[in-house]
Amino acid sequence: MIGKVIDVTPETLVGEVMNLKNDGQRLVTFSTYQEDEKKIGILYHFDKNLETTHLRLVTDMDKPIPSISGVLFAALLVENEIRDQWDVEFDGLVLDFNRSLYLDPEVTQVPLVSNVKIEPKK
Amino acid sequence: MATTVIPFGPQHPVLPEPVHLTLKVEDEIVKEAIPALGYVHRGLEKLADIRDYHQMITVCERVCGICSMIHAVCYSQAIEELMDIEIPDRAALLRVIWSELHRTHSHLLWLGLFADAFGFESLFMQFWKIRERIMDINEATTGSRVIVSVNVIGGVRADLSPDQIRWILSEIDIVEKEVRQLQDTIMNDYTVKARTCGVGTLTKEQAYELGAAGPTLRGSGVAQDMRMLGYGGYSQIDFEPIVETSGDCWARSTVRFRECLQSMDLVRQAISKLPEGDIRVKVKGNPPEGEAYARVEQPRGECVYYIKGNGTKHLDRLRIRTPTFANIPPLLAMMPECELADVPVIILSIDPCISCTER
Repeated sequence: MIGKVIDVTPETLVGEVMNLKNDGQRLVTFSTYQEDEKKIGILYHFDKNLETTHLRLVTDMDKPIPSISGVLFAALLVENEIRDQWDVEFDGLVLDFNRSLYLDPEVTQVPLVSNVKIEPKK
Repeated sequence: MATTVIPFGPQHPVLPEPVHLTLKVEDEIVKEAIPALGYVHRGLEKLADIRDYHQMITVCERVCGICSMIHAVCYSQAIEELMDIEIPDRAALLRVIWSELHRTHSHLLWLGLFADAFGFESLFMQFWKIRERIMDINEATTGSRVIVSVNVIGGVRADLSPDQIRWILSEIDIVEKEVRQLQDTIMNDYTVKARTCGVGTLTKEQAYELGAAGPTLRGSGVAQDMRMLGYGGYSQIDFEPIVETSGDCWARSTVRFRECLQSMDLVRQAISKLPEGDIRVKVKGNPPEGEAYARVEQPRGECVYYIKGNGTKHLDRLRIRTPTFANIPPLLAMMPECELADVPVIILSIDPCISCTER
């Protein structure tokens, strides 16, 4: 994959994002994928002068992921999108749509995770 | 001062796309805007589970009609990187030609809609009249006016004959002449400037930090355009990004207007460098395996594809980040302290494509 990849953990993620921000890197977006049945992989894509840097976070789906929206406001939409599509929670999200950015309240099937059902919203 | 909450959209006479904003307003001055999406969400990324990687080109083209060609280029480039496929030079430059034709018709469409947003109906019709010539080129060369479907993994499926090339060159000369005739109106007219100058201002720092893309980023003074990467045939073409510095609706419209003229030049350059030869290579070997990250410049800005293949004909993951998605946080920053009457003009100024955003 084009660009430098840096592995991070939930503990080091926000600090790394802060470092990249201070270095003048611009947040492009995140991409997600399923690492295995219980783990999600998130790639945070940054750009500076057309050079790409990716942070790779692989973590449990059932534990909250630290939000970077406090450091980079633009992350809030991506984190809400991931919340909708993967049913993972973000800790410290500045504007939490609570799984309703894309999905209607009556949706019970998590779109990108097979065989995971959730309670409809009241 | 009492706060009034106004739901703006998803249906509104001036909005071409169903974006919804909840506006908190005090005395006709917007204090805060909160977005709501999901109105046209189609789950296209999930289709990678049931369509093979060749068929997914057709799906990617339908993420957005207006930039369909460039979506297909981005997806194809990602797959070609994974499968180590080098496309012929002629195919790379044909992709540039159709991409720039798409950019021109998208910008002309937007310039018309923008004129309509501030009530200039005849300007709207003039831009759309000129755009028809580009649509005719698309139809004559590919068989379709909007979703041209010329990309395949390994190149393109359609070629241009010498007669078609001569006709395209004569048509874009006419398009350029007609676009230039509208330059004074869109850039210097008193009433247009009154509705756009100083409206929805986004500073250079805000644009960069909020991850703005395309004309929204360049209109705020950041010289960043993915075509500078030299992907595909762009490596063979002289290109400088178009930048304006005032960061307001006028700057964003001016960037798009100037990019129309630039695209005409890029089409001419690509045609002048078009070599003889094949237009596609045969795809050999195993299906894509591994990760790829591709970036291209669409009319609305930077588009990103992340692809994860597992060696079967179905992709493990297809992630699409479209430029409008990137431009929503900057849009929220443009809103506070604007007048309610300027909201449609500001929203239009980022050229929102909600079907792209929600996919």
